[in-house]
Amino acid sequence: MRKIADFKALEKHAAELKPRLALRLPGADLSSGKREILICGGTGCQSSRSLELLEKLQKEIRAAGLASTAQARITGCFGFCEKGPIVKVFPDDVFYVEVGLEDAMELVENHLKNNVVAERLLYRDPQDDKPIMSHHEMPFYKKQMRVALGNCGLINPEEIEDCIAADGYLALASCLEKRTPAEVVGEVKISGLRGRGGGGFPTGIKWEVAAAQPGPVKYVVCNADEGDPGAFMDRSILEGDPHSVIEGMAIAAYAVGANQGFVYIRAEYPLAIRRLQLAVDQARAAGLIGRRILGSRFSFDLELKYGAGAFVCGEETALLRSIEGGRGEPTSKPPFPAQSGLWGKPTIINNVETLANVPQILRRGGDWFASFGSEKSKGTKVFALAGKINNVGLVEVPMGIALREIIYDIGGGIKNGKQFKAVQTGGPSGGCIPAADLDVKIDYDNLVAMGSMMGSGGMIVMDEDNCMVDIAKFYLDFTMEESCGKCTPCRIGNKRIHEILTAITEGRGTMEDLDKLENLAAVIKDTALCGLGQTAPNPVLSTLKYFRDEYVAHVVEKRCPAGVCTNLLDFFITDKCIGCGLCKRGCPVSCISGEKKEMHVIDKTKCIKCGTCISKCPTKAIIRK
Amino acid sequence: MDAEQCRCMDEEFKELDDYIGQFRDKKTALIKVLYEAQRIFGYLSEKTMLFVADRLDVPAAKIFGVVSFYSYFTTTPKGRHQIKCCMGTACFVRGAEKIISAFEEKLKIKRGETTTGLEYSLDSLRCVGACGLAPVVVVNEQVYGKLEAPDVDTILANNKG
Repeated sequence: MRKIADFKALEKHAAELKPRLALRLPGADLSSGKREILICGGTGCQSSRSLELLEKLQKEIRAAGLASTAQARITGCFGFCEKGPIVKVFPDDVFYVEVGLEDAMELVENHLKNNVVAERLLYRDPQDDKPIMSHHEMPFYKKQMRVALGNCGLINPEEIEDCIAADGYLALASCLEKRTPAEVVGEVKISGLRGRGGGGFPTGIKWEVAAAQPGPVKYVVCNADEGDPGAFMDRSILEGDPHSVIEGMAIAAYAVGANQGFVYIRAEYPLAIRRLQLAVDQARAAGLIGRRILGSRFSFDLELKYGAGAFVCGEETALLRSIEGGRGEPTSKPPFPAQSGLWGKPTIINNVETLANVPQILRRGGDWFASFGSEKSKGTKVFALAGKINNVGLVEVPMGIALREIIYDIGGGIKNGKQFKAVQTGGPSGGCIPAADLDVKIDYDNLVAMGSMMGSGGMIVMDEDNCMVDIAKFYLDFTMEESCGKCTPCRIGNKRIHEILTAITEGRGTMEDLDKLENLAAVIKDTALCGLGQTAPNPVLSTLKYFRDEYVAHVVEKRCPAGVCTNLLDFFITDKCIGCGLCKRGCPVSCISGEKKEMHVIDKTKCIKCGTCISKCPTKAIIRK
Repeated sequence: MDAEQCRCMDEEFKELDDYIGQFRDKKTALIKVLYEAQRIFGYLSEKTMLFVADRLDVPAAKIFGVVSFYSYFTTTPKGRHQIKCCMGTACFVRGAEKIISAFEEKLKIKRGETTTGLEYSLDSLRCVGACGLAPVVVVNEQVYGKLEAPDVDTILANNKG
């Protein structure tokens, strides 16, 4: 794309490019005979071979002689990752799920050629098994409101023309043309936007502090080191709409007076890195970043820096040290990065989702953004639903929605009809929320009040088969591994917690250990240097608070109620046994005895609880409890 | 080391040297340079780290400090088939432990180790973000999802030699 001269030229350009999206927007002309097929090109669907599917569809379209009227292309994540690969056909707005390579021909033949919807590939309502044509009718989408994810599933993230057609960079252009930096900060303050990466600090105030710092050199950093396991919204935004983040960064830079930006991105996200780099190059070529953007006096450029697999680098001071090329160890605050950050210069650090909201706020107004959400948490939030839930995926909902609505209405409830036990929010820094609190409205403050936190928005659902002590141990295992080792409370304290939890899951715990856990957790929270250490005990504290009975069962009765902690389990053969001998032959320590066609017995003194017998048994006669 | 291997090493170091040459601000380029070095050599040997230290004019101790800090960097060679089992929360609650244990049993190595002959290496990894497909295993770039323990055999059969 050629360099765009100024605001007017960008507006004209956007108007000219509008037809690119004509078929995809609501109210599209159904009579033109033209069709577009969008295929999810996100990491989730690519793992289910969506790129091969794209090629196959393109081939089938050519073979059917439809090349002049139908086109297949990729788009960003639709969010419904559980049912990928997702394929959407426009303008008739038909949403297909789990489309395999072998389905390409049927889709082209039936839908594109004969105008008959391929019903077999539609999503079926789990309630009545009726197929649903449009995603607007699906329970998964009905309660969603897409702002940060607005362009994901609409535009092709690899073509800047699509982004401009969807009014991309117009917010930046109008800021440069019509608003002072202080007015931009003011608008963001009105919106009430708070940081989407964890702490929830008001974005406008952060910008105001940085803007007030003297000196000509300041930096804007995008934190794309999405380290919380089970959270993948930032990755999806970068893969599906990278320009929204670039535009957000440029607006932030204009507001605080910075000319250089960095995106600190995880190396584990190769696709996001590739798309973002492509977008940066395209934006630079179009004059939307770089020197004297759109003919104004404002210059801003940005560079990608890679994270190298250290969770602590999501903490802002550690992240800055990592960008500087060193070990990512945090430093104490104050001074805050907005005062003294990268190379000692004022630096604002915002998360990907926060920045993706910025262009929308500037385009539609702070009041518009503040018009939804709860009193102290405005706008929408993207959550990553995962774990034992039917509809795994990304959902964007207004703040203040009840957990129950997310898990049951949108998420479709618990897998295999099992009983809900807890939902874990906030990643390793968060906590587990029990069934009794499902009706609490989700926002930053309510989650903290429940002993958890918003974090980046991961929600891991757990059912009756998950042991809460084991889960707490899992998180401590994570934070212990990821502790940078700089401060003692985190380096040694979390290790001690992990040891106590291990003892409990192995049946060596005492009731005093539970008190010790609480004390130790309180000390670590008070004394650790950075956010990682301070929040690391949260999973232990929240499970102790809500699931103390499980801890007590492990300690007193030496029993794991969920049947997870192997050391506390015994294996039994029940009377369903048909005496086939498969378990006996499979047992690595020969602890099963019994005559053919008679009930077998396990010698508990020799059993190593490996579970092989359970997997071999054809009649499910072997149980552990 | 025979002559041919030696020449090939030289070429690799030249490639790394060219990469380093493009940075104006060499000190802040360290992590990117180590990335490239690991891409070229497959791992970061002492020789490679000393080479980087020399070219970037950074103390070798700092290089070792950075390499040992980040889990992405490895100082030992990895297998031709790098099996990485996701141990993120979503995979964990859907039974990732069983999958990685099955690999350990089949390959007779522990996580973090490599088989003799460098055919396979086995590692755990923190969330690739494909939580919809949990539990997930990544072999080189290929993602395998919705796994159960018996699938381990198929994965190994697909990645041999």
